[in-house]
Amino acid sequence: MTGTQIFFLIVGAATLFSGLMVVTTRNLIHAALWLVATLFGVAMIYAILDAGFLAVVQVVVYIGAIAILFIFAVMLTRRQAAETGPSVNANWWAGAFTAVVTFAGLTFMLKSWSGFSKQAAAIPSGFDAVNQLGNALTSPTGYVLPFEVASVLLLAALVGAVYLAFNKK
Amino acid sequence: MIPLSWYLILAAALFSIGLFGVLARRNAVAILLGVELMLNAVNINLVSFWRYGDISLMAGQVFAIIVFAVAAAEVAVGLALVISVYRRRNTVVAEDLDLLKW
Repeated sequence: MTGTQIFFLIVGAATLFSGLMVVTTRNLIHAALWLVATLFGVAMIYAILDAGFLAVVQVVVYIGAIAILFIFAVMLTRRQAAETGPSVNANWWAGAFTAVVTFAGLTFMLKSWSGFSKQAAAIPSGFDAVNQLGNALTSPTGYVLPFEVASVLLLAALVGAVYLAFNKK
Repeated sequence: MIPLSWYLILAAALFSIGLFGVLARRNAVAILLGVELMLNAVNINLVSFWRYGDISLMAGQVFAIIVFAVAAAEVAVGLALVISVYRRRNTVVAEDLDLLKW
């Protein structure tokens, strides 16, 4: 066991635990805060994977924007949020069964794949992942079209969200 | 060093937890929380395949960024829908929203 492996196991266990708390906590504010912990764990996984830029974007976009948006939504719909009724529906056992079967099926399928226990190649010296990513996102031979489509999608979602949540009275 | 399998199993477990949240929770906001967990699991997969494949091909990271953008759009529209529904029907429990049900 190397230090990285132990660190990965701790971070992974914390991420899965907070993920479980997200789906089982009754109080939705607490669930949203557990989601923040999960997202932070995923950001650390990105850092272990040498994707530093994505780790920072995860903290800024997911924790800074999306999780806060969730907390706002919980507060705006608070009257019915947690206290009354069960937190899971009558068919929750079917959901749990589906989730367990999905996990078992995914692991079983991945086990039969030849690259399953592949090791990472060392990063060549002088490799600048952020530079490469920026080039890939803006070069016409790279991914400039998906990048622009994503910006149009964000604009459309912004207009749609304002229209839907706008109080007409 | 960490083998690729650890990341894949972690992502599969996180995806299944999110799937359970989507299928089992009653509150619409909690269902969206489950969707976020699933999207994050997918992102872990994308980034680990980038790291364990050819590192000079940035498709994995680019696709993860697209998933970020789509997740932000999905949450904005989803929560706007939840708030709009809450205003009209005074509930956010998914099984009470049966307007389109036979």
